[in-house]
Amino acid sequence: MNDIVEPIDKLEPLKDIGGVAQPLLQVVSLTKHFPVRGGLFAPSKTVRAVDDVSFAISKGETVGIVGESGCGKSTTARLLMHLMPRNSGDIIYDGRTVGRELSLRELRRGMQMVFQDSYASLNPRLTIEESIAFGPKVHGMADKAARLLARELLGKVGLRPETFANRYPHEVSGGQRQRVNIARALALSPRLVILDEAVSALDKSVEAQVLNLLVDLKREFGLTYLFISHDLNVVRYISDRVLVMYLGEVVELGPVDEVWDGPAHPYTRALLAAMPSSDPDNRTETPPITGDPPNPIDPPSGCRFHTRCPFAEAMCGEATPKLTEITVTGHQAACYMAIPGSGHSKAPAAGVQ
Amino acid sequence: MTVMTDTALQAAPATKARGYWATVGRRIVRDKVSMACAFILLLIFLAAIFAPYLHLADPYQGSMIRRLRAIGTPNYPLGTDELGRDMLARLIYGGRLSLLIGILPVILAFIIGTGLGVVAGYVGGKLNTAIMRTVDVFYAFPSVLLAIAISGALGAGIVNSIVSLTIVFVPQITRVAESVTTGVRNMDYVEAARASGANAFTIMRVHMLGNVLGSIFVYATGLISVSMILAAGLSFLGLGTKPPEPEWGLMLNTLRTAIYVNPWVAALPGVMIFAVSICFNLLSDGMRSAMDIRN
Amino acid sequence: MHPLPLRAALPRWGRGEEKSRVHPVFVYIARRVVYVIPIVASVALVCFLLVHITPGDPLVAVLPADASQELAQQLRVAYGFDKPLPVQFGLWVWRALHGDLGSSIATGRPVLSEVMKAVGNTVTLAIAAAAIGFTLGLFFGLIAGYFRDTWVDKVATSIAIAGVSVPHYWLGMVMVIIFSVQLNWLPAVGAGPGGSGAWAWDWEHIKYLVLPAITTSVIPMGIVTRTVRALTGDILSQDFVEALRAKGLQETKVFRHVIKNAAPTALAVMGLQLGYMLGGSILIETVFSWPGSGLLLNSAIFQRDLPLLQGTILVLALFFVFLNLLVDIAQASIDPRIKRS
Repeated sequence: MNDIVEPIDKLEPLKDIGGVAQPLLQVVSLTKHFPVRGGLFAPSKTVRAVDDVSFAISKGETVGIVGESGCGKSTTARLLMHLMPRNSGDIIYDGRTVGRELSLRELRRGMQMVFQDSYASLNPRLTIEESIAFGPKVHGMADKAARLLARELLGKVGLRPETFANRYPHEVSGGQRQRVNIARALALSPRLVILDEAVSALDKSVEAQVLNLLVDLKREFGLTYLFISHDLNVVRYISDRVLVMYLGEVVELGPVDEVWDGPAHPYTRALLAAMPSSDPDNRTETPPITGDPPNPIDPPSGCRFHTRCPFAEAMCGEATPKLTEITVTGHQAACYMAIPGSGHSKAPAAGVQ
Repeated sequence: MTVMTDTALQAAPATKARGYWATVGRRIVRDKVSMACAFILLLIFLAAIFAPYLHLADPYQGSMIRRLRAIGTPNYPLGTDELGRDMLARLIYGGRLSLLIGILPVILAFIIGTGLGVVAGYVGGKLNTAIMRTVDVFYAFPSVLLAIAISGALGAGIVNSIVSLTIVFVPQITRVAESVTTGVRNMDYVEAARASGANAFTIMRVHMLGNVLGSIFVYATGLISVSMILAAGLSFLGLGTKPPEPEWGLMLNTLRTAIYVNPWVAALPGVMIFAVSICFNLLSDGMRSAMDIRN
Repeated sequence: MHPLPLRAALPRWGRGEEKSRVHPVFVYIARRVVYVIPIVASVALVCFLLVHITPGDPLVAVLPADASQELAQQLRVAYGFDKPLPVQFGLWVWRALHGDLGSSIATGRPVLSEVMKAVGNTVTLAIAAAAIGFTLGLFFGLIAGYFRDTWVDKVATSIAIAGVSVPHYWLGMVMVIIFSVQLNWLPAVGAGPGGSGAWAWDWEHIKYLVLPAITTSVIPMGIVTRTVRALTGDILSQDFVEALRAKGLQETKVFRHVIKNAAPTALAVMGLQLGYMLGGSILIETVFSWPGSGLLLNSAIFQRDLPLLQGTILVLALFFVFLNLLVDIAQASIDPRIKRS
């Protein structure tokens, strides 16, 4: 409940605690399983949507998450935002564990999200100004101050407040709505913003404008981004590091240029190879991946990709490979082929980088 | 964030764009059929409310010599009933009870049903199951049967009719409310509101109620036409209003044998029920179209 | 980019999903049937409670006004009214499961046979009304959906709205006025010459059925029209219809596709309406003195004949529950989406 007596007129971002060396967000062994009702004759099963996912985000960087539909990236975003309860794992914000040293209410001040569907993200009954001002008011801001803040933010995202503040969501375009959603996310002065397919539904030209806006805002406000997308080109453009997810697990992570130019995991290679080539002399001719994506309800044993992997060997079906460092620059992969001394016929010898 | 310094920004008097309800209102006003229905209903309502001031004959005063006069008889523009009472007066006064027994149950059911349904829809889980399974038991009975059974059990009377019909309609409205609320609950803007740290009450008040009440209201308006027919039906069977009160359903009952003598007078009360019912149906349809964003 | 070697055949083990060994429709039906049991139990409880919250002495119907206390007590014991309510409920349910719903206080005849005879007459009425109402409803609904927003649509929709808004008991009266009183073509009340004897499908009997059936058909006709219109309009506006037409499919074949898509919901609505006709026939049967379960309910209420009342409500409610179950099962077996889920 709101126990703040006096309405405040400013919302400061959460204070920096650990300095540059400390990651802004640390995710440790995040797991989320959904039970699926079996019915009268079938046993109940579980969808292992997010399975033992760990990574860290440094202050000021942009981390991208890529993967196909159903790989768990949106679920991960919602787990980080605490919009659904997790089965296990810790989320540590600037050194403070959520639920222990950091309350949920404070976390909301530190981390916000922009959703994919620009129309469904805005209450059709509220004006744009009211939608943006809602968050600050929940955290104790006076109504007038919140509205002024809303207008200021509209200006920052490139929408003239005089024109847009009192409009309704159905009266503005998709790109404009996403700018509003960004303004709404910034209203609580977060340091970390999660963008869940935030530009995926926009036309290409609008997408470019919004991406450039995001880059500008990041610089102006010193933000850190977690950028979720299935569009590999966009991720390359905006991210510093990237995570590749497959069926609820992280299969590769590292600096984006390194991963794009030298993908270690066969799935990453397949994803990159699947991008149609725009060079007529270098056409993409063979489909890089065959077989249907397996069902997340009963994933394959061992490495989840092994049923579609051209390099799979017996060991791949037995035990799941762990995410392991393969270069000094922080490039990690969960594939026996890349892990030195793993026993896979194509793996480098132990000790060789 | 930098402190507000731009006075131009502060003073910007942004023009208030048309609100959602204002748009709906304008659409309805342009719909001729809905406006005609609203007008007719308004007339009937006003006549019923101001009946004592309309210089009508006494609806209880009858005379056996003057029974079952035809429509158009001087002094009795709509004829007289089987006890010699003026039909025009009986019909207008009858509107008071008929409209009351028809509309009040829907209003009560709207309040109770919306409360139950919205809570069930928002909270979900076991509470939702408990509420909706109870609703399912009532759905196992056809509404007419349930209304008559409850009325039969409680006995005749105006209050009993209202209670009976309210019990019949609460499950229906609860179902609609729960379904609409569940739909809204899954929208991203509710998730965004949760992400900003608001508590359940604030979210329900600011984000859900406004988006949910409209649909429930449209459904309830359509329900009024059913309620009018059912309420009058109860009186028609002798389970509602008791004589000598004027009420359209009861009048149909007492005038039944008169169809051999003066059929058109006997049919008049039904015309009133029909008119009110069809107007509410058309109005409900018009509201539904006006609220449809796709248009 | 590292080019991948093409793999001709990939091993199929561990593909994830193991198909359930039982056909999903049977699972659905089994679940639905099991779910009916608590509903039936609750319905029985509600029936019992409804009748027993009646204010007043249940014996009023049989007891002459000047009866002695002794006689009253004897009758009370004979009917079991002296036992506590839960015990009465238990006894009633137990006997009901064996087909014994008690005897009518007014006539002394067994309740079950009275009710079933009356229900038979109501079923006759309902089937006739359904035949008329659903046929017309389908017709109006289809043309309204096909010719959306033209005058055809407006006429059909107006008929439908009038249909659902009309007080059917009043319509019955009007029909009687026109066809019996003024024109003298059809009889006004009853189910057969000389009272309700055995039913026969000859004109002598059918002429009694005409007016009640038409009157009963009006509301379902309106509802079916509106539903089919909405369904048809929806289906015709979907992309796959455009695709079929672009392929050059004749309109009659496209029509078959429309029917196949509309069928599950339309049949469900019709089933529901049939249920309402069976359970809610009391008003029309009162107008026409049609000797069905509705009229029986009417007399049971006014004669305060508790066993008959209880039994009638129970039978009618159970009919409705099982009809809904049949409708759900039928819908599941023809809707391919449930078949393959």
